Amino acid sequence: MSTQTTSPATAPESLASSGGGLRWAISDTLTVARRNILAIVRIPTSLVFAIIQPVMFVLLFRYVFGDAIRTPPGVSYVDYLIPGILVQTTIFGAVGTAIGLAEDLQRGLIERFRALPMSRMAVLGGRTVADVLRNVMVLIVITVVGILVGFRPHGGVVPYVEASLVMLFFAYSLSWGFAYVGLKAPNSETAQAMTFPLIFPLTFASSVFVPPEFMPGWLQGFAKNQPVTQTADAVRGLMSGTPVGNSVWVSLAWSAAALVILAPLATRAYRRVV
Amino acid sequence: MTEFAVECDNLVRTYRQGQVRALDGVSLRVPTGQVFGLLGPNGSGKTTIVRILSTILKPESGTATVLGHDVVKHPERVRRVIGLAGQYATVDESLTGFENLRMIGKLNHMENPVVVRRANELLEQFGLTDAANRPTKTYSGGMRRRLDLAAALVARPPLLFLDEPTTGLDPQSRQDLWTVIETLVEGGTTVLLTTQYLEEADRLASQLVVLDHGKVIAEGTPPELKAQLGTTILALTFANTTDAAKGVPLVADLSNVPPIVDGSNVELTVNSGPSTAIDALRRLDAAHIELAGLALREPSLDDVFLTLTGHKADDGSDLVAPTTSTKKGRA
Repeated sequence: MSTQTTSPATAPESLASSGGGLRWAISDTLTVARRNILAIVRIPTSLVFAIIQPVMFVLLFRYVFGDAIRTPPGVSYVDYLIPGILVQTTIFGAVGTAIGLAEDLQRGLIERFRALPMSRMAVLGGRTVADVLRNVMVLIVITVVGILVGFRPHGGVVPYVEASLVMLFFAYSLSWGFAYVGLKAPNSETAQAMTFPLIFPLTFASSVFVPPEFMPGWLQGFAKNQPVTQTADAVRGLMSGTPVGNSVWVSLAWSAAALVILAPLATRAYRRVV
Repeated sequence: MTEFAVECDNLVRTYRQGQVRALDGVSLRVPTGQVFGLLGPNGSGKTTIVRILSTILKPESGTATVLGHDVVKHPERVRRVIGLAGQYATVDESLTGFENLRMIGKLNHMENPVVVRRANELLEQFGLTDAANRPTKTYSGGMRRRLDLAAALVARPPLLFLDEPTTGLDPQSRQDLWTVIETLVEGGTTVLLTTQYLEEADRLASQLVVLDHGKVIAEGTPPELKAQLGTTILALTFANTTDAAKGVPLVADLSNVPPIVDGSNVELTVNSGPSTAIDALRRLDAAHIELAGLALREPSLDDVFLTLTGHKADDGSDLVAPTTSTKKGRA
């Protein structure tokens, strides 16, 4: 190791470029987002969770369970399934946000960030922006895999994009909720354990894999009205060109309400976390 | 600019609803341009001070300024003039060494070409050029620590907080880091160093504060702290613990402070080494207690700490007489 460490300038270089709050808030958020995206791509387990697991789900439900699941008349199961898988994958993917933040806390990286002259919002902002990018990646992969196994989105391109936006907005609001869990959990294992009791009933007692009208009566009330079902119905209706009822607006309302509540909660938790 | 890089008065911080007083009224004056050491065992409050001064944590009462900026009123100004490297070597494991430094530089709002140049410069200085494009999860402990320190230096901060920078490092890596720190200070950087290694404080720090249970229990230069004790340590090694138990009461009054008993080893802090040694030998001989060994040595900071707190710096155990039982094991 060389010992010719250069002497520090009397004025630190970071001072020269202060000011321009919004510009730096955006720049810092993108810097953190880039870091989180690189982590998803480079850590094999997170890539498996992000991409390979949803593909396995597609194949499992398409070829193993598919023929045993009843669908509404005139709808093929693969057309029913793929929009559901998209919603399910974004929910499962958001667990990574909880785990990632809990890990950053545990390792002391959040402390390092807090001692830097960066925007206060950038850690959570960058994390949730990275989630959006990951979900866009998932959307593309699942769409391609879906089409390969027989998925035919009859709704057309514009409704497909609309459906994607409904889904991404829903996932974005969820990210803040999972960020909150990650900040409150004592460690990453607990963060993971805390999220599964939440996401399992929401994902499986919904219209993601199975039409709720074929569930037992006592479950239908919950399954038909909860936000995951509303979002899955909206995404499915738009993609397949079938009537969506009011599910699009209900999903957007759920997402907006969740965002309004969860984003300030997570932000407050971040401010108090150390 | 003030003559002190850090000034803090009566800092108080508690944890767990006030049950644990991590800091119990700490005041410090850290002069610019030198290494200032905070010495103390685990839980003495060292890290809490660093977290308050680096704006991570707010004090419950008391004031602190860093290079003239109040840490509570203007944390964003403080963050522009400090660098922080910690005992946990907080680098992002999935990023490469270069990417870690670039990220920190960007978050310090440095322009891209400046960041790239600075990152490469630091990687070379810290002997990490060959590993620059490898994810840091493949780095050894010493390499991580060097990268962590490099990250703290990206923006060339005039004040550097080093929180136990060499904890857990092998001796060679520790020596390397010491050399780096000394070079930084020669270049004009002020360093606030926390450590539980007395050797480290002795080697690096121009001034020292000794902390225990959130309070400053001593301060001064390393020689001044040593002078607070007697000039010499008389180390007696008995044949066994039974002899030590019998011998300690005979020689205890030769020192102003209680003897330190660790199994069959007994240490006395004395003012006049040779004459006291003869005195001790006479008394033990009269009681027919034979010694396995006897030595006179200069006091180390370890001895200072032991005398000041009644326990060793690197563990929580109480080794002060009259007990003769050995309670080892790290806290």
